[in-house]
Amino acid sequence: MEMVIVAPPAPGRLEDLRRRFFATPLQALLSLASLAIMVFLAWNLLNWAIFSAVFTTSGGPEACQAAAGACWSVIAARWRIILFGLYPFEEQWRSALACVTVVVMTVLSCIPAFWTGRRIALVWGAGAVLYYVLMKGGVLGLTYVGEEAWGGLALTLFIFVTSCLIGFPLAICLALMRRSELPWISRTTGIIIDGVRSLPLISILFTFAIVLPFALPQWLAGDKLYRVILGSALFFSAYQAEIVRGGMQGVPNGQAEAAMALGMSYWQRISRILLPQAMRNALPATINQFVISFKETSLVVIVGFFEILASGNAAYGTGEWRFAYIEVYAFIAFIYFVFVFSLSRYGAFLERRMSVGER
Amino acid sequence: MVSLLRNQKARNVLLQVLYVGSLAALVLAGVMIARRNLAEQGITSGFDFLYKSTGWDVNFSLLPATANDPYWWFFLIGIINTLFLGSVGLILATVVGTIVGLARTSSNELARLLGRTYVDIFRNIPLILQVFFWYAIITHLPTPRAAHEAWGMLLTSRGLYVPAPNVGGVAMALAILTVIAAVVLPVWLGRTSRLSQPIGKRLAIQLAGMAAALACAVLVLLVARLPDAPLLDFPALQGLNLKGGLRIPPEFSALAIAIAIYGGSYIAEIVRGGFKAIGKGQVEAALSMGLSPWRVFTLVKLPLALRAMLPILANQYVWLIKATTMGIAVGFTDFFMVVALTINHSGQTLEAIGILMAGFLTINLSLAAVFNRINKAIALKGNQLRG
Repeated sequence: MEMVIVAPPAPGRLEDLRRRFFATPLQALLSLASLAIMVFLAWNLLNWAIFSAVFTTSGGPEACQAAAGACWSVIAARWRIILFGLYPFEEQWRSALACVTVVVMTVLSCIPAFWTGRRIALVWGAGAVLYYVLMKGGVLGLTYVGEEAWGGLALTLFIFVTSCLIGFPLAICLALMRRSELPWISRTTGIIIDGVRSLPLISILFTFAIVLPFALPQWLAGDKLYRVILGSALFFSAYQAEIVRGGMQGVPNGQAEAAMALGMSYWQRISRILLPQAMRNALPATINQFVISFKETSLVVIVGFFEILASGNAAYGTGEWRFAYIEVYAFIAFIYFVFVFSLSRYGAFLERRMSVGER
Repeated sequence: MVSLLRNQKARNVLLQVLYVGSLAALVLAGVMIARRNLAEQGITSGFDFLYKSTGWDVNFSLLPATANDPYWWFFLIGIINTLFLGSVGLILATVVGTIVGLARTSSNELARLLGRTYVDIFRNIPLILQVFFWYAIITHLPTPRAAHEAWGMLLTSRGLYVPAPNVGGVAMALAILTVIAAVVLPVWLGRTSRLSQPIGKRLAIQLAGMAAALACAVLVLLVARLPDAPLLDFPALQGLNLKGGLRIPPEFSALAIAIAIYGGSYIAEIVRGGFKAIGKGQVEAALSMGLSPWRVFTLVKLPLALRAMLPILANQYVWLIKATTMGIAVGFTDFFMVVALTINHSGQTLEAIGILMAGFLTINLSLAAVFNRINKAIALKGNQLRG
């Protein structure tokens, strides 16, 4: 006898709605409460940000302050300070181009086709050089602009990129040393990693920016910017080292043993067998670490850098735009949000993509 | 010599000695140079400065502080401020995170959407930006003369003024301790060793314990109240300034709000992960035994989820305590700011950095130890989170 399975009739649209949101009285209450909160927030936000906001600078600060909504004119008037800081006005196109370089670099390294050690290194190396030449000038007919004049978004991106660029190889070294079979090397490295991880980033930045010059001979101290980058690279590498080590632990022992049986040398084993698999395991956590360290770049404002947050403070702090602090912070928050959110979405995409093979 | 280098064992020893030795030499050289540089500025190294008076003041302190107090007292104040802000931020963040996390795991799509929007927005904006934002909002509130008033509280640019009980400091601390006991007692009374007793009886014991502790707190406050004063001291305008009540400075509230909101978005994700880790089979088994959805939640889902999220939560708490160092951005005198001010004023750089490291190591390690104890105490035998 043949069994015929008949699907239940698809529920109508209204019935579907009832089932999804009003199945029980409690569900109905929860739905209505959530809906009310969302509508309330969305309406107030839209009203403030768009409907009763002022967008042009024509009325000046006075007209803007009188408006009920947001005063986006402060952004129109001060966006160059926020994005470029104290960079010379005529040269700010260079700063903008440098930011674009960093964005292009990041996007390129997100494409799987670039995921070989050599290509990644090439993209980041070339990007860093291009950025440096654009910002600093002094060659190719570009006027010289010292580091002390760098600021705004360009400085934030520079600190982030260089910290990662220095921190990543350092992290791999630290992870390898912590896994070393030589007890003193692994123990000492463990102490360094755990010590750095237990300290707040601000204290490390502070130590590198302000205390380190005491402990270094004059010729080694260098510019404050590079010391801070070194500090933030060290911090990044301590966290990233643990992520890489976790990835290495996920590689079965048999892999290394097979490589040894084939007569591969230590470096061949590390670079051909262990690292590629470990990096694959560690990729989601790595993206997460990038996201965190991008957000933490903003801490350099405390040791006196004119990065995007400080330049935002300056944009509203003086003169006639004193009242427009919410708008400035909203603008900066939006910039951070765009960068961080797209990175973390990309991380989620990678996680899904990689879990396909494991199912 | 060459044959010695070919020997694997000798090479290993040499490598280790070289590595540890060069690191030690680096640190030693740094310290030596720093000491020489500081000596040139007339600063003698050593911890004698701890007993000198500071000559500067702190703007927030739970302990009495004047500019005449010695450095060690200020370090203590800094640590207590850090721990205080840390625990307030931690508790608030946990409350926010639990609510948002539960919304994110709810069966209601709209509640899930709301929770997700919250997490997506606040997790992706740096904490320090949020601190600056709230600090700007609070310091732009009206002056005391035009303060917002609500339920006896005053919102002004100089801080939030709340009614305070007219009670001495020691009695207040005692009352707070008993309130904490009221939270801890039910947990302790409901330990698994008493599982043999029926649920209703256990619940009654727990409630009785909590009520007793709360009654003790009220009793302490009533007995210790200052004579000839109303029990509650309301803030009020006197001339240009506000008198009475308890003032919560803008620095503190800005940091606490920012940590609560930002930390809450992270804790929400941990809570969600914890609930996701519960095996479907266990929930279905509980439902098929006829437990009500509430019972399934409190007896099956919550205990399992708590166990799954505790280790991650511990990391997050350590992170939150470290995040209090952002106080320096708005001028809250936490431990780190005291260290920074000490370096500025006394020049005792190396000692201050050493104290900073020791302080944070102690805080981190003790927090980790506490959570390890809890983790071990509540861990289930075998792997019961799956299946």
